[in-house]
Amino acid sequence: MSARAAEPAALSRPHPLLSLFTLGTVAALVVLPIIALVVHGLDQGPSAALAAITRPEASAALLLTLGLAAATTVCNGVVGLGVAWALVRWEFPGKGLLAALVDLPLSVPTLVAGFLIVALYGPVGPLAPALKALDLQVIYARPALLLALLFITFPFVVRAVEPVLAELDPTEEAAAATLGASQWQTFRWVLLPALTPAVAAGGVQVFARAVAEFGAVAVVSGNIPLKTLTATVFIQGEVEAGDTAGAAATSLVLLGVALLLQPLGRALAAGLVQR
Amino acid sequence: MTIRVQGLHKAFGATTVLRDVSLEVGDGELVALLGPSGGGKSTILRVIAGLEQADTGEVWLGGKRVDHLDPQARGVGFVFQHYALFRHMSVAENVAFGLRVRGIDAQARRERAHALLDRVGLGGLGGRMPHELSGGQRQRVALARAMAPEPRLLLLDEPFGAVDAKVREELRRWLRHLHDQLHTTSIFVTHDQEEAFAVADRVMIIRDGRLEQAGTPTEILDAPATEFVSRFVGDVNTLDGVVEGGALRLGGLSVPAPELQEGQAGRLVVRAYDIKLWREEGGPAVVHRLVPLGDRVRVEARLADGRLLTALFPQRSSLLRGVEHGAPVAVELTRRWIWPAAGPAAHQ
Repeated sequence: MSARAAEPAALSRPHPLLSLFTLGTVAALVVLPIIALVVHGLDQGPSAALAAITRPEASAALLLTLGLAAATTVCNGVVGLGVAWALVRWEFPGKGLLAALVDLPLSVPTLVAGFLIVALYGPVGPLAPALKALDLQVIYARPALLLALLFITFPFVVRAVEPVLAELDPTEEAAAATLGASQWQTFRWVLLPALTPAVAAGGVQVFARAVAEFGAVAVVSGNIPLKTLTATVFIQGEVEAGDTAGAAATSLVLLGVALLLQPLGRALAAGLVQR
Repeated sequence: MTIRVQGLHKAFGATTVLRDVSLEVGDGELVALLGPSGGGKSTILRVIAGLEQADTGEVWLGGKRVDHLDPQARGVGFVFQHYALFRHMSVAENVAFGLRVRGIDAQARRERAHALLDRVGLGGLGGRMPHELSGGQRQRVALARAMAPEPRLLLLDEPFGAVDAKVREELRRWLRHLHDQLHTTSIFVTHDQEEAFAVADRVMIIRDGRLEQAGTPTEILDAPATEFVSRFVGDVNTLDGVVEGGALRLGGLSVPAPELQEGQAGRLVVRAYDIKLWREEGGPAVVHRLVPLGDRVRVEARLADGRLLTALFPQRSSLLRGVEHGAPVAVELTRRWIWPAAGPAAHQ
């Protein structure tokens, strides 16, 4: 605070023009489009919007998206916790490489991520004969969607948990051990409660990202209505078909999800800071 | 429960922290491991608890060898220097943790936790969170938590190191009192000699990964086994000189040194309260400074070669008559030790 007080007054005092510019930018880039979407989505009345999203194709796409996001969150919550654990607590050859790989999905274009899945599991991929022999349909089916989303959202929980795990006091675990706690009891009762906010904060990011994903799912899913057509791809289809009202109503649902997740993520992050 | 430790050796990479440490603690004893920081005291405790493995050596608890056992299986209570309370659990949940892992039902856990909290003087605070307590209170919670599963052995690592001086004094008395009631075999680590002597039945001096001496406080004070022990305990003067004519020559002061040979370098160690000074014309030292310390007076006297001797006297002692700045004084050492002086590199 004292450092801030020492700064030149011109930087710490709000300049009227700058304030106006900031507010104007936020309004133009964020608020106005949202208002436009709400108005457009509801201009035929709420019942029309409801009808638009309860059409079988629309509701199936929305449920698929939310279900996939939930499954992705659970999987990457568990896996992310495990990977963070390995990175913080264990020494093993290739640790540096693993640490670098964790962030890779953030810089791979999602279309490319989708194509990675196709290349591996697709009809000409190396796993095709094995999958065929086992009669497993991965590509152009829900498993491929899940795999693509797991890839894309992999870093979030790892990166959220890592610093919290590194900060944990190892003597709490030593204390638990001298009190007779098994490793599982120590994990369950001492470590997990301390890590839960971080896992949850990472999980919110995973969920939000999974709901929003377009490129990768468009490539791997085959976009079969009622089966593998996700909400974002459905919206694109509606826009291309000229049904902007249906697209707007579906978009409203996704917007609502995002608006709910936003404060949740912030609250969890604030909880982390407090500790 | 008796403790026997035999030939412990341990190194962390290139740093050796324990060198052939062997010690024994009797059933119901309260023992202090005393020594400078970084000497390996805490490591000994952690090896006994199973939190660390020695490279070689044996640990026997109650006549059974336990080296291969996990900490969980050793039945040892451990109190950590910085409390190590579970920060997301209430005080009562912390205390009850050792009972919870044993599958004791919630009702019995609550009752035992409350009884223990009463015992450590924290009755009614069971619902608080650890961060709402003071350092002294947290340390008492840590002790109650360690006692809850009724360990046969209690190990305390610098238990009062992180609390302020006044609270520390109170906690010491209270630990001694608790031990007198429960008689749980206990070892505590400290670098504070006053604490070790005030609380423990026996004191073990640890330095540089070695056990220098084990004994009662009186034995340690009156019959130090090594040069280090004589120098480490009490408020001491250390002066190096050479033996000439059967006496260590220290700038005008001659101290008979039958234990050393002619021409050998020797080190005199004498406690401040074992020095007597009185005014005498032509004496070997001159009073340099008088420092009143309340009930006592510290007198610093300068020898002919400029080195200082520090002596302690009771305030208003008759010996102090005429002892003032610049006065020549005679020196008598009522109890002193003379050790062969090792090379200077061997001493801090």
